[in-house]
Amino acid sequence: MARNSAADSGVVRQHDRRVDLSALDIARWQFAITTVYHFLFVPITIGLSAIVAGYQTAWVRTGQEKWLRLTKFFGKLFLINFAIGVVTGIVQEFQFGMNWSDYSRFVGDIFGAPLAVEGLLAFFLESTFLGLWIFGWDRLPKKAHLATIWLAHLGTVFSAYFILAANSFMQHPVGYEYNPETGRAELTDFFAVLTNEVQLVTFPHVLLSAYMTAAGFVVGVSVWQLVRGRRRAEASEQALYRTGAKTAAWVMLIASAGVIVSGDAQAKIMTEVQPMKMAAAEALYETEQPAGFSWLTIGSLDGTEEKFAVTTPNLLSFLATGSFDGEVEGINPLSEEYVLEYGQDTEAVSYAEDYTPIEGLTYWSFRLMMGLGFLGILASLAVLVALRGDRTVTSRRWLLVAWAVPLGPLFANSFGWIFTEVGRQPWAVFGLMTVDNAVSPTVSAGEVLTSLIVFTLLYGVLAVVELKLMFSAIAHGADDFAEPVVRDDDHDPDRPLAFAY
Amino acid sequence: MELTTVWFTLIAVLWIGYFALEGFDFGVGMLLPVLARDEREKRVLINTIGPVWDGNEVWVLVAGGATFAAFPEWYATLFSGFYLPLLLILVGLIVRGLAFEYRHKRDDAAWRRNWDLALIIGSVVPALLWGVAFANILRGVPIEELNGHLEYTGGFFNLLNPYALLGGLMTLTLFLTHGAMYVALKTDGDIRHRARALAVRTGIGAAVIAVAFLLWTQVMTGSVASAVAFVVAALCLVGGIAAAAVGREGWAFLGTFVTIAAGVAGLFLALFPDVMPSSIDAAYSLTTTNAAATSYTLTVMTVVAVVFTPIVLAYQAWSYWVFRKRISVQHIPEETLAGSGSAA
Repeated sequence: MARNSAADSGVVRQHDRRVDLSALDIARWQFAITTVYHFLFVPITIGLSAIVAGYQTAWVRTGQEKWLRLTKFFGKLFLINFAIGVVTGIVQEFQFGMNWSDYSRFVGDIFGAPLAVEGLLAFFLESTFLGLWIFGWDRLPKKAHLATIWLAHLGTVFSAYFILAANSFMQHPVGYEYNPETGRAELTDFFAVLTNEVQLVTFPHVLLSAYMTAAGFVVGVSVWQLVRGRRRAEASEQALYRTGAKTAAWVMLIASAGVIVSGDAQAKIMTEVQPMKMAAAEALYETEQPAGFSWLTIGSLDGTEEKFAVTTPNLLSFLATGSFDGEVEGINPLSEEYVLEYGQDTEAVSYAEDYTPIEGLTYWSFRLMMGLGFLGILASLAVLVALRGDRTVTSRRWLLVAWAVPLGPLFANSFGWIFTEVGRQPWAVFGLMTVDNAVSPTVSAGEVLTSLIVFTLLYGVLAVVELKLMFSAIAHGADDFAEPVVRDDDHDPDRPLAFAY
Repeated sequence: MELTTVWFTLIAVLWIGYFALEGFDFGVGMLLPVLARDEREKRVLINTIGPVWDGNEVWVLVAGGATFAAFPEWYATLFSGFYLPLLLILVGLIVRGLAFEYRHKRDDAAWRRNWDLALIIGSVVPALLWGVAFANILRGVPIEELNGHLEYTGGFFNLLNPYALLGGLMTLTLFLTHGAMYVALKTDGDIRHRARALAVRTGIGAAVIAVAFLLWTQVMTGSVASAVAFVVAALCLVGGIAAAAVGREGWAFLGTFVTIAAGVAGLFLALFPDVMPSSIDAAYSLTTTNAAATSYTLTVMTVVAVVFTPIVLAYQAWSYWVFRKRISVQHIPEETLAGSGSAA
């Protein structure tokens, strides 16, 4: 094979990674920025497609006008969000090869498969049926049209499953074997990759978080309309947005219960397969049995010892192991263990000088994820209480709640990802390859910097555009009811389309 | 047939699907300033592809994903090597995709003008650069062994050579013609006739460029099979133009569709068994063998592809059938032009 025979032909330029350290740092920033940004739109796409499909189902079954008005109103907001989620998703598919080519070579045999399957099973389903839903109001019979939005939603769920299976492999590689001859990790059991124990708890956690976030969005928009909407004095609008707020608040509460249960299961599996991440999440420097849960820990600047801590005894043991006096490993002993296990061969792709993640960021992102999630739950509970019976909300103080309900879970999603990715560091694939060894060796710092600047500026402009459109559509409110009519091209061929760009 | 050959073929099929479908999307986007005389006609153009453009674009995502899975070395070397062109393509696809969804959301001339620009540039840039990229792959680029991997070492300007630029010009003019054929098939009224007339004119230009590029390719790296495919492509293009000239729009569109499909097939046949030849030494060429995933991965992927590809093709074809009617200016609803909130 060429890669072996050419090694001694003299043309090989030895590549020193330290020279390109800044390219590595820029590539990290680019991945962080583009991924966190992309995932601001993903949960709303997943969750809102289901909620809109639910409203449309209610309309098809009951024929009540309010359900169609909610379908169309939130459908419009959904599409503003969806468009930007789609286009930023293309970058995700390409940047593994562009910025992380050594990663792509090393795990492509495993990691590529779920990505390809995601495209074939999920993206086609999502895009084709969403096209049919957007433009099909006057083309398809009622029930067929309803089916299109559910199929589009199914596409988003498939997409979540396969990309999370790929990510779960990075957290806890399974179903593979390292092949010293080819120097890469190779797939031996695709089913094992799809049913990775990390995947089985991560998928429900992320999916339910998406429902929670989108439900929070519907609650927030509805409450805003009740308090500030230009037609808030009309009884029909009150009824409409009270329905929107209440249905979504219930979705949010039910989903959040699942988020908590699956998150708890994740903690236990994380303790087992990525003990360092758990230790960093809890700023647990030394192994403890039993271990207390940290409410606030301030560590030394070098991140090796605790200076000040407020804890609840035994609680971490319970969360991490299911037993109140279970042992939880600490950062320092794990660090020593990893150096011995992985850090001996400086040439290996698993080599790192230090195997501890950035302690402060891991600790605080974990807390922000949980805190913001719970804030969202409280806000939705408050909305349910305030809207019980025939009550409604009028005070401007509720606008604060209208903001908190969607933004709490939305940013909880962001911090959840920051936590799970930062907590895995220095690994790209746990135990196999560090991020330092994953970056593209031939891409210069200037090239990555160019793309970082281009994407950051472009995404910044798009955020402004998106928010502007979103706010104006929210302020416009739901359109009046209009019964969709299936076209009759033979008798009325010139009738305008029900929807056109 | 070996699994690596199966996957080389499947990836060729994905690119054929992408260029034959999104090719006319790009064409429609490029034709916006050329064919449309007023705002209503612009919207007629955009709405001919409104329901389908996103599904068409997925073909490239699956092509990328399939390359990652089936030929990880190819994916890694190609995507890190052709870095800046891919960045430009990505930016083009981003602004173009948003233009469809956002353009009509505000009744403001400056707003629409900006999105028109996004749509035009976002169509021209990928249409040109995909051709440049593929031509470079065929021509061979500097690939050397670095740290045990076959890496692209050519830089950006190496990609701008006469052959590659001719390839870019070919995809640009072919997609432009393909788009005009599509508009002639999917619209009614005045714009339909203008589109057909334009398709004949751009088609002749595209044919000259395509024949030059394909001949060059055939002489450089062709095989008997690629020659056959190129001849089919050329004949279909001539046939398509002739059909457009006599007003047979369905046949005309089919003509450019098969032209693109046969042309891309020919390029892949000329490439085989390399996937990315090295211009430095054939020993450094990436091939279907040395760039491939394991046979286990290829087997799993084959099963998935065999089961799901027919389903995808069926529902995508169904969506084209649902939206089969021609669109003309009287079909464009008035109310969405007024007010920021359009009907969803």
